[in-house]
Amino acid sequence: MKRAKDWMPGLLLTAPSLVALAIFVYGFIGWNFRISLTNWKALSPDYSFIGLQNYRDLLVDERFKIDIKNSLIFTVVFMVACLLLGLLLAILLDQKLKFEGLFRSVYLLPMAISFIVTGVVWRWLMNPATDDRISGINLLFTKIGLDSLVNQWHLTPNWGMAGIALPAVWQMAGYTMALFLAGIRSIPEEIREAGRVDGASEWRIYRHVILPQLRPIALSAIVILGHISLKVFDLIIAIAGKQLALDVPAIYMWQTSFDAYNFGKGATLATYILFSVAIVIIPYLIFTMRQERNS
Amino acid sequence: MKLRKSKLFGAIAIAASIALTATGCSSGGGSNASGQVEVFSWWTGGGEEAGLNALVEVFKQEYPDVEFVNAAVAGGAGTNARAVLATRLQAGEAPDSFQGHAGAELFDYITAGQLEDLSSLYDEEGWRKVMPATLLPLITVDGKIYSVPVNIHRANVMWANPKVLADNGISKPGSWDEFFAAADKLKAKGITPLALGEQWTQLHLFETVLLGVLGTDAYNGLWNGTTGWNSVEAKGALDTFKRVLTYTNSDAASLSWQDASKLVIDGKAAFNIMGDWAEGYFRVDNSLVEQEGYTWAPAPGTAGTFQFLSDSFTLPVGAKNRDAAIAWLKVAGSAAGQDAFNVKKGSIPARNDADKAIYPPYLQSAMDDWGSNKIAGSLTHGVTASNAWKAEIDTALGLFLQNKDVAKFQAALATAATSAGK
Amino acid sequence: MKKSRLSLYPALIFFLIFFLLPVYVVIVTSLKPLGDISLDTMWSLPKSFDFVNYSLAWEKLGPSVINSFQLVIPAALIASFLGSMNGFVLAKWKFPGADVVFPVILFGMFIPYQSILIPLVTTMRELGIYGGIPGLILVHVIYGLPIMTLIFRNYYASVPNELIEAAKVDGAGMLGTYFRVVLPISIPAFIVAIIWEFTSIWNDFLFAVVLTGPSSWPVTVALNNIAGSQIVQWNVQMAGALIASLPTVLVYIILGRYFLRGLMSGALKG
Repeated sequence: MKRAKDWMPGLLLTAPSLVALAIFVYGFIGWNFRISLTNWKALSPDYSFIGLQNYRDLLVDERFKIDIKNSLIFTVVFMVACLLLGLLLAILLDQKLKFEGLFRSVYLLPMAISFIVTGVVWRWLMNPATDDRISGINLLFTKIGLDSLVNQWHLTPNWGMAGIALPAVWQMAGYTMALFLAGIRSIPEEIREAGRVDGASEWRIYRHVILPQLRPIALSAIVILGHISLKVFDLIIAIAGKQLALDVPAIYMWQTSFDAYNFGKGATLATYILFSVAIVIIPYLIFTMRQERNS
Repeated sequence: MKLRKSKLFGAIAIAASIALTATGCSSGGGSNASGQVEVFSWWTGGGEEAGLNALVEVFKQEYPDVEFVNAAVAGGAGTNARAVLATRLQAGEAPDSFQGHAGAELFDYITAGQLEDLSSLYDEEGWRKVMPATLLPLITVDGKIYSVPVNIHRANVMWANPKVLADNGISKPGSWDEFFAAADKLKAKGITPLALGEQWTQLHLFETVLLGVLGTDAYNGLWNGTTGWNSVEAKGALDTFKRVLTYTNSDAASLSWQDASKLVIDGKAAFNIMGDWAEGYFRVDNSLVEQEGYTWAPAPGTAGTFQFLSDSFTLPVGAKNRDAAIAWLKVAGSAAGQDAFNVKKGSIPARNDADKAIYPPYLQSAMDDWGSNKIAGSLTHGVTASNAWKAEIDTALGLFLQNKDVAKFQAALATAATSAGK
Repeated sequence: MKKSRLSLYPALIFFLIFFLLPVYVVIVTSLKPLGDISLDTMWSLPKSFDFVNYSLAWEKLGPSVINSFQLVIPAALIASFLGSMNGFVLAKWKFPGADVVFPVILFGMFIPYQSILIPLVTTMRELGIYGGIPGLILVHVIYGLPIMTLIFRNYYASVPNELIEAAKVDGAGMLGTYFRVVLPISIPAFIVAIIWEFTSIWNDFLFAVVLTGPSSWPVTVALNNIAGSQIVQWNVQMAGALIASLPTVLVYIILGRYFLRGLMSGALKG
């Protein structure tokens, strides 16, 4: 055990951040939870306690069931597509090509642009109309003879959420690529050489030498993508407005609180969102901390 | 910020207000107001912004010492503006005046004790005589009036492409049955009978179908509890709505209302139901001439009824610049202010003593209709149902669009009415 | 070898087009008059080049672009600096329980911001900093702390302990060690951190619209207002969109190279 004189300055240095986060994160989470236990249904605060009634109501709420399904589809499609595409692009760019810088910059570009900017464009690009009113990406498909690829994008019945993941992938795939590329580049060349000397093909070197080394990066990419997929709110509103087929808990919460002024139920939905994130994140945090301690 | 633009509108507005003061319509500027006034609205673009700027110019003429702070946030029909407002009111940071739809939407603020009673201002300014007798009861709560309406829009308008109608030998349908007959012809020719946009425009369509099928009195009864949502009549309206949806474009959910109107303009669709703010889009933004490029009629089954919505300004409790806010309300309620605003906005004034000659033909006819028709309120635009009730109806509609199950839809609507206390 | 590399270019160019498609539509739309804009002609080039949309957009965005810079520069610098100090302490100058504190900080990243608006506005008002840029800076700094701390802690974790020990032996205290030994080698992590913060604060809409008044609105709020609520002038909006995203795009293009280097040197390694 170290002496207080040694560690105290560290604690003092981080104290302001810790206090701020204690209030603005944990204080507000508590505040929100408190509201979720009330029957606050008007513009003026009403803290009458109703226990877990709001939570029980949510369990039988038809819209909420749709939302859970939607957010699961979105998260899975978005994460898997970003990780695969990011990895593919990173491997492509790792081939020491000409114009690598140009490709890299363009792939990263969407990351810099807000959805307030591109939302409308994506709505146009993914227009599902057919025949003489065909437009957007579908129109491009028919022009290059790929008629079979024409589809309804985010308005595909039941699988619209997979369509709405496309713009999200567009935005974050480049960033995932950068993470993987950085990871690949920081693997010492000698390790690859060793593989080559053993007669392994390039593909085998990626598969058996490089990929395993990228595991920690994949994990932190998952955390970052998970945190983006929480913010899917803006993207859906910008592209699809508020429609039930593409509803997620964050939109339901927003509408419940700010369109219907049912703040008690809105807070309940917020608690659910936080809880669902915690289920994924906390095991990850524990896992990484433990791994670190072992090494 | 919008310097050059507001200068231009300013010049027009000044001209208008000088003309009006000359004819004796001065609202009498008070000089006790100074400092600034922060006015919250969702008018940030197009004719809405132009109208607001024109109104601000009139205000500056009357109260040159007051600085006008435009706190407009886009997104009135939905997201941002109302959330920002609700958050600010909760935290005790009310703007000095904010825009709201006259009717049930404002009742939420009134019951929360967030608005000041403006009855005495109505007496002082003589507004009880110039504001329509049909409108005043709808904005009165327990004998008190809490808002100053500035305009009236009509919701139940069916827009059409005259060329498409002529080519197919179709006239504007007076009922939904006539519409279906025409729609079958159009569909056979590969023309979308009814252009439709995202979910709020579908709610808008829904309310006009309710009105058209049930009739004005029964429609109004839905909102005060005298017409049952579980009734056979209501079911008839829902069945009609379900059938109407089958004549709409498949990509509705990805179109804005303007995209839908554009389909009519381009002749890809024959009809579109939208409020009369669309008139400005046809006439000004697309430079079309009425009867040539576009034509209109009351939505099927609603002839003789004016389904309205009205924007109004309020005085929040705790406004930091109360005097300036009252000055703003005086201008918003004045004839000069309303004429300057509405010509630009493309709506008719709430007051019934407007200078009709300065308005374009459509609005002149709308003024006549507003004066002579039966009145019904709009659900989508905040007149008939509280925010909570409307949100429940919206969710029920959203589920219906998914499953097309009329029985479930009707049950959900009945439940919504019950939980709203009707 | 060389031939196989050449065959990669079609794939690279395919993705290049994929990433640029929306940008192309934004640019051509921004140059068209409103009447020429419709879904079926979205791919066609404008018939004539008209830059009036840009001057219209600039009129509306100009002042708020300045607000955005006044917001983003201090917020990104303060957040990354605090993140760097936190990261240093949590990686190299641990206090008892530091390993528990770190995930507790990190979890703040995942809070759904929409759910805390009312407590946030109430608190800001109590603190007397509601309505202006300084308050908004504070909020962005606080909610930026988790990811900033993550970036720097991971970066510092790869700094050899011997370096810190050597400074201690030389008699340097914690701050001395931080400023003389750690800070000078932190530039790659700072670049990653600042790019991240700059982009996310620049693009933030929610906090800005709720926490500031009209005179201090950043560019995202002004851009959103161009959209209006009834009539949307797509061309002006697209021109505004390009203006509003220019700074972040430039940051990526100019610092992109260092960004990758920063990532390689351990930040965000997980």
